[in-house]
Amino acid sequence: MTDATLNAAPNLRRMQDNYLELVRRKRMYGGLILIIFISVLVSGFMLADHRNAGGFWDGILNIGSFPSEVVSEAWANRANLPGLMWAAIPSLIETVNIALASTLVGALMGGVFALLATRGLARWPRLIGLFRRVMDTLRAFPEIVIALVLIYILGPGPVPAMIAIALHTGGALGKLFSEVAENADLKPVEGLQSVGASWIQRMVLGVVPQVAPNWLSYALLRFEINIRASAILGFVGSGGIGYELKTSMQWGQGKYDQVVAIFLVLFITIVIVDQVSSYFRDKLVKGH
Amino acid sequence: MLQFDRLTKTFGANTAVDSVTLSFDKPIMVGIIGRSGAGKSTVLRMMNRLTDASSGAIRFEGRDVTALQGAEKRAWQSQCAMIFQQFNLVPRMDVVSNVLHGTLNRQSVITTMFNLFPQADILKAIEILERLGIAEHAAKRAEALSGGQQQRVAIARAVMQNPKIVLADEPIASLDPMNAQLVMQDLRRIHEEDGRMVIANLHTLDTARRYCDRIIGMRAGRVVFDGTADQLTTGAARDIYGADESFSEAATSTEIGTLDRTYAEALSTDSVPA
Repeated sequence: MTDATLNAAPNLRRMQDNYLELVRRKRMYGGLILIIFISVLVSGFMLADHRNAGGFWDGILNIGSFPSEVVSEAWANRANLPGLMWAAIPSLIETVNIALASTLVGALMGGVFALLATRGLARWPRLIGLFRRVMDTLRAFPEIVIALVLIYILGPGPVPAMIAIALHTGGALGKLFSEVAENADLKPVEGLQSVGASWIQRMVLGVVPQVAPNWLSYALLRFEINIRASAILGFVGSGGIGYELKTSMQWGQGKYDQVVAIFLVLFITIVIVDQVSSYFRDKLVKGH
Repeated sequence: MLQFDRLTKTFGANTAVDSVTLSFDKPIMVGIIGRSGAGKSTVLRMMNRLTDASSGAIRFEGRDVTALQGAEKRAWQSQCAMIFQQFNLVPRMDVVSNVLHGTLNRQSVITTMFNLFPQADILKAIEILERLGIAEHAAKRAEALSGGQQQRVAIARAVMQNPKIVLADEPIASLDPMNAQLVMQDLRRIHEEDGRMVIANLHTLDTARRYCDRIIGMRAGRVVFDGTADQLTTGAARDIYGADESFSEAATSTEIGTLDRTYAEALSTDSVPA
């Protein structure tokens, strides 16, 4: 091979030089991006640290003190834990209910939005941009803001929380679903079009079977996220386990055993949802 | 130089490779023929250690390579290049990067992650591509190339490994006759010009006859023929394929010269084995 290098034809030289030039340019861009990334990271950290009342370097040493207080108090009262966990079940069911209903409504919304906003599938290709902006808007507002507005209008309770989470879920799943649908094979759709099927028929029979496993796994992931979101919404007065958590977590009430019980119940719920969802997803992917 | 000693592979109740014993004393070009499912691919995959042997040994220069683990196993894999039927390139990376993957065993993780291959390696990769006649595609993505060109990129990756042995698993089964011929000629060249041993699984008799010094016939996991092209008579071939009197070599040919009605008919009835 070394002989070949010495007698390299001018053509080969040219191609080697061209490629090396390309490599140099790529490496320069890569280096620039790395520098920008690091400087954004560092400057963002410095700014946040500067604005904070406490300061990162003073606070970091105390990071373990609250959790250790919670855990040690709960450990001292560990005999109470099973009873407290059992007592948390009714409000947990309310929380999971909110999450389930909002995931179902949100996933249906997301599915419709996704098909309307995917290039190559959309019913009205000119309106793709519009549907995308609608999904962006739904995602832009934090659930807690929508929930607060709705609680103001409808009064406190699980329904405002459900609507708030469903709207956000619709926007988030719409985007993810649309990305899955973009990769769907268009040949079956064309086949159905050739027999005179309507748009809805083409979508339901040609696209949905292809994307179902991925859609399902995104929806189940969203369900997990929504359990946590509906727990948080309890803090602003929509009921469920979040409300219990808020009342027991206030400092110095001696209710930390209840906090630990609630976290344990939430953790176990998430694990169960994860296991059950992977079982059903496997079944769907492999066929029955 | 290379010995197979009662090499066996079982998948559950099935025996894919059944006590294969072979010996090669110098680097030659070997063709393995047989029906699909005869165990040809499994033999090559066990040599490259993509599949573990159930029992038996493969000894290369006195060392049992089936027992290697970890870094030693990866070092052996870099010595024993593999070419696949479906090319197995990284489709979204450019051709030169794919060829440079041949050096991965001697690169650090950092070099690999930031794509910082040494300049000497880059120049060498383009030289190899030039030698195989595809250097003008150097900067294109692998997926933008035709099947024949992609297979030559895969050969370039194999040569870049600077291996002692090149294994080719049905290298031309996905290619048209023209590209099949180019790829086989390239394999023959890296045997003759670089002195590397080449072992190719082939599904056509005339390719094996034309390019290989020694032909191994396999049937149901066993070696049923071992000899030169001259010794491979039509009778022996019928035996390997378990075929009857109607079997003729034209039916498995990929030569352009025999691309006539018989071949076209054979193609339409006899689909390409996986």
